Amino acid sequence: MTRLTPTASQTAGPFFSIGTAAGDRTVLAPEGAPARIRIEGRVLDGSGVGVPDAFVEIWQADSDGRFPPETSWDGFGRSPTDRDGRYRFVTVKPGARAPEAPHIEVAVFARGLLQRLVTRIYFPEDARLHGEDPLLPTVPEKRRATLIASRIGDGAYSFDIRLQGEGETVFLAF
Amino acid sequence: MSANSPWPLIDPPYDFPAYRSSRLRAPKLPLVVMPKRLLDATGPVFGESAVGPGEQDLTRQHAGEPQGQRIVVAGSLLDEDGRPIVGQLIEIWQANAAGRYAHDLDQHPTPLDPNFTGTGRCLTGPDGSFRFITIQPGAYPWRNHDNAWRPAHIHFSVFGRSFAERLVTQMYFPGDPLLDHDPIYQSVTDPRQRQRLLSALDMDLTEPEWAIGYRWNIVVGRHHGTPFESGRA
Repeated sequence: MTRLTPTASQTAGPFFSIGTAAGDRTVLAPEGAPARIRIEGRVLDGSGVGVPDAFVEIWQADSDGRFPPETSWDGFGRSPTDRDGRYRFVTVKPGARAPEAPHIEVAVFARGLLQRLVTRIYFPEDARLHGEDPLLPTVPEKRRATLIASRIGDGAYSFDIRLQGEGETVFLAF
Repeated sequence: MSANSPWPLIDPPYDFPAYRSSRLRAPKLPLVVMPKRLLDATGPVFGESAVGPGEQDLTRQHAGEPQGQRIVVAGSLLDEDGRPIVGQLIEIWQANAAGRYAHDLDQHPTPLDPNFTGTGRCLTGPDGSFRFITIQPGAYPWRNHDNAWRPAHIHFSVFGRSFAERLVTQMYFPGDPLLDHDPIYQSVTDPRQRQRLLSALDMDLTEPEWAIGYRWNIVVGRHHGTPFESGRA
């Protein structure tokens, strides 16, 4: 059987917000959802400057580790960055799906990115699960921390995405 | 496989110096290859409530009709086996006929069109088909290099069956002489893959006395490790 070749990627460019603004996707889980959390961070370029024309998409399991979530919300989020490069989501802490430690799938699109960048957010309180995770131990140890969010408050996390340079985030191929 | 691009034979590299905006934004370190068994087959699914009526007709979103050459852009969203991807969301955005986006940061000194936003959305049909009615976008200057002009294009954002199949790309028009000078189009280094970003004039889609039709099919796929394993070489 002849397989078709996927269509090549092109940059989203600087003006994507006119095409991707329909429906607020920054709040995934409604108020009262169990394990509700806030995640925010900045997308930073190689000179450490916030990228104001990026958008971040997430895809995640529900708090019981089910992919896709078996909940009233669907596990997909999209946040444009603001003028400082900041994105934010209100969602729930995903559950573990053994052997994978709890994590959120992340994709970054921006002017200057000819194709998306893919990464993952893991959580600092799950350190004991990280050794068994199929991905994390394959990441060079000194770069592993770039995949782990910082806790900045009760149910609040920070996760910066460094596209290039010192502390460059680990991006994934698959 | 080059670790600097998940799919080096198809997709453009991250680091493509001729595209100036990539210089500070392309990662410099190798990508980490995700173990295959972690590939998740799921992704967002958008129900019918995701798209409002008429969102696929960009010429009827305001009180009057937009300026410009009316066109139909239609095609199919397929997987690598040629099977249709049904009921998935496609979002498009584009400049108006004068080459200006309805976006605050677009300062190109050419008129905005009060009757054109340049945004369309639809869900693919039972055969994976999509169909937009819009106007021919204009070319426009940008500051990538001296006397830089982008060829006319429409941005497409599509969802496949899984998060791994997510794709954002651009559709171009056949015979546009600016294509040879555009580093974004040229960033797809394989000429065969590059040409697949061109739509084709289609007289069956073209409606007499009304609109010119362009056909463009989109294929989304999953990454299978090295491109050679799946016969793409």
